[in-house]
Amino acid sequence: MKKTLLSATIGAAVLGLGSAASAATLDDVKAKGFVQCVVNTGLAGFSAPDASGNWTGFDVDYCRALAAAIFNDPSKVKFTPTTAQTRFTALQSGEGDVMFRNTTWTINRDTALGLNFRTVNYYDGQGFMVPKSLDVSSALELSGAAVCVQSGTTTELNLADYFKANNLEYNPVVFEKLPEVNAAYQEGRCDVYTTDQSGLYSIRLSLSNPDEHIVLPEIISKEPLGPAVRQGDDQWFDIVSWTHFALVQAEEFGITQANVDEMKNSENPEIRRLLGVEADSKIGTDLGLDNDWAYNIIKHVGNYGEVFERNIGMSTPLKIERGLNALWTKGGLQYAMPIR
Amino acid sequence: MTSITTGFVRTDLLPPQPAPRENASILGWVRANLLATPKDALLTVLAVALLLWTVPGMLNWLFFDAVWTGADRTACLTGAQGGVQPNGWTGACWAFVGERFEQFMFGRYPIDERWRPMLVAALFSLLLIPILIPKVPYKGWNALALFVVFPILAFFILHGGFFVFQEVETPLWGGLMVTLILSFVGIAVSLPVGILLALGRRSQMPVIRTLCVVFIEVIRGVPLITVLFMANVMLPLFLPTGWTIDNFLRALIGVALFASAYMAEVVRGGLQAIPKGQYEGADSLGLSYWQKTRLIIMPQALKLVIPGIVNTFIGLFKDTSLVSIIGMFDLLGIVQLNFTDINWITPVTPSTGLIFAGFVFWLFCFGMSRYSAFMERHLDTGHK
Repeated sequence: MKKTLLSATIGAAVLGLGSAASAATLDDVKAKGFVQCVVNTGLAGFSAPDASGNWTGFDVDYCRALAAAIFNDPSKVKFTPTTAQTRFTALQSGEGDVMFRNTTWTINRDTALGLNFRTVNYYDGQGFMVPKSLDVSSALELSGAAVCVQSGTTTELNLADYFKANNLEYNPVVFEKLPEVNAAYQEGRCDVYTTDQSGLYSIRLSLSNPDEHIVLPEIISKEPLGPAVRQGDDQWFDIVSWTHFALVQAEEFGITQANVDEMKNSENPEIRRLLGVEADSKIGTDLGLDNDWAYNIIKHVGNYGEVFERNIGMSTPLKIERGLNALWTKGGLQYAMPIR
Repeated sequence: MTSITTGFVRTDLLPPQPAPRENASILGWVRANLLATPKDALLTVLAVALLLWTVPGMLNWLFFDAVWTGADRTACLTGAQGGVQPNGWTGACWAFVGERFEQFMFGRYPIDERWRPMLVAALFSLLLIPILIPKVPYKGWNALALFVVFPILAFFILHGGFFVFQEVETPLWGGLMVTLILSFVGIAVSLPVGILLALGRRSQMPVIRTLCVVFIEVIRGVPLITVLFMANVMLPLFLPTGWTIDNFLRALIGVALFASAYMAEVVRGGLQAIPKGQYEGADSLGLSYWQKTRLIIMPQALKLVIPGIVNTFIGLFKDTSLVSIIGMFDLLGIVQLNFTDINWITPVTPSTGLIFAGFVFWLFCFGMSRYSAFMERHLDTGHK
């Protein structure tokens, strides 16, 4: 009993500290003059350093977009690189203001871990990669295949579920570590490689003959990746969420980094409202920002499509297709809530 | 009495003869050392076959087939992979190491400011080299400069934030620079602290002894990675709101404490090897505790455990790469980080990068090991 009381007190103290640190994050951020983002220690296309050591990538650009919205300066950012194990503690203990770190939104993380998710900036999911020579175009044709998979992961469980649900036979070839899985697939010890789809694209690049392999269109698990903030600061949560929506909405309107200045003269009231040129617009100030917050985001970082293309799209070595991440008008799931 | 006549007595020594030809020639050496018995001959043949089988391939991969220049990943990819190399090619991609060399040295330290770590490195060599050469005088002043003045100066130069030195925060530090800072501070702190802890553990005073034992056993009983994790992610939760301790400083303290606990046990091993007579002799001369320790016990004890001390240093040097787990990029961390750069992802990038990192670590560790062997010979008084 005593022990429970003690641990409850410590828990409360820790939670108290956590929420105390997160109250009015926007004021803290403005006071210190930069946004501190929790990012991955290195994931090709999402967060990785360039030749001069600057962080670049899809998640990193989101951090810069947030800084552009607040400070009109995408360089006012600092990064806390974290591993999968340290990421949540880093955010909870105030080592970062927001997490842009290819993190799956789950109910457990949204509730018990004390975090808040609202938007999905990348719809990922477990996929399959096969050699082109296998002449397979769908995962449903994979009956009897030998599948390379990493042990002890949700990937392994999802794989079992999927093949069972579709009444397919398969033969798992299980390894402890990802590099071993790569090597086994490369040596032809299995027909199929399965892991998260975004991972498959970067793994394909490290194969000795990338063009002889394709990633199948099926996604057999849901891995919605999105930004997270600490619970207890709704204003900050709103700013992070609407930064994403502004990026998506800009793409939907066709506003790009290049034409954003012209677009300011647009007749369309919705565009004018987004860019903060409508006279009575109070959208930005209601968020606690300037009225041209969205204009600043687009001016400095571009729209969602541009961020995607620049970091992970078809023009990069990763060559990831938009797929589920296309706009809702183009058959994808990216849908911005109305900005009005 | 009959006289005994001696037949022949040689009055001078024969001049030395050259060794028999079958021993002196190379052939003789080969026969004696490589082909003495059928078993030896068989082993020799096998060993040569193994060398012939592995070494040329390795040399080809490392040097002859390697790519030395190139601007991006295409230089290290075969035609089928979308690069410029012939199909079926494999070799080291030194172009990757060349392009990223500065980053491997300084991490993400701003490019325009990189003369500052170079200045610190120059200063460091200037102070380190004389202290390593036994003949150079003024060891005391030199040590004071290296272990007290230099760290403070180095911190101000590297961190900056005043005068011409623009502020460069520690998250931007990385690469070999961080590896060296961590190990230098670890070494410089752990030796004196370790000596004090070892003395404390053998002390007659129960409070001091207990404190030292508890410290040593707790730190030594916990993996370094746990110490770093605690320092990195747990500490902020226990500090009052608004207090922050620099991440890098936390790792430094963690590494230094950890090394001190190990060093204490190494030094204690040396203390226990000193015969009781030495203590009694010192006491009978009327020396105080500190005089005895400083003049009689420590010089002998430390000399005995040089291999153990250097062993700890080398272990510490390599352990610093664990900081990459807590999101800091030492040499190994920054090399691995660059594997994820889409401009350089190729099948050969990781192996090349790891070989480079391994080589740099080996250079430093081998250097330390050779110097310790030299020191042992230099301090050998023949009392063993």
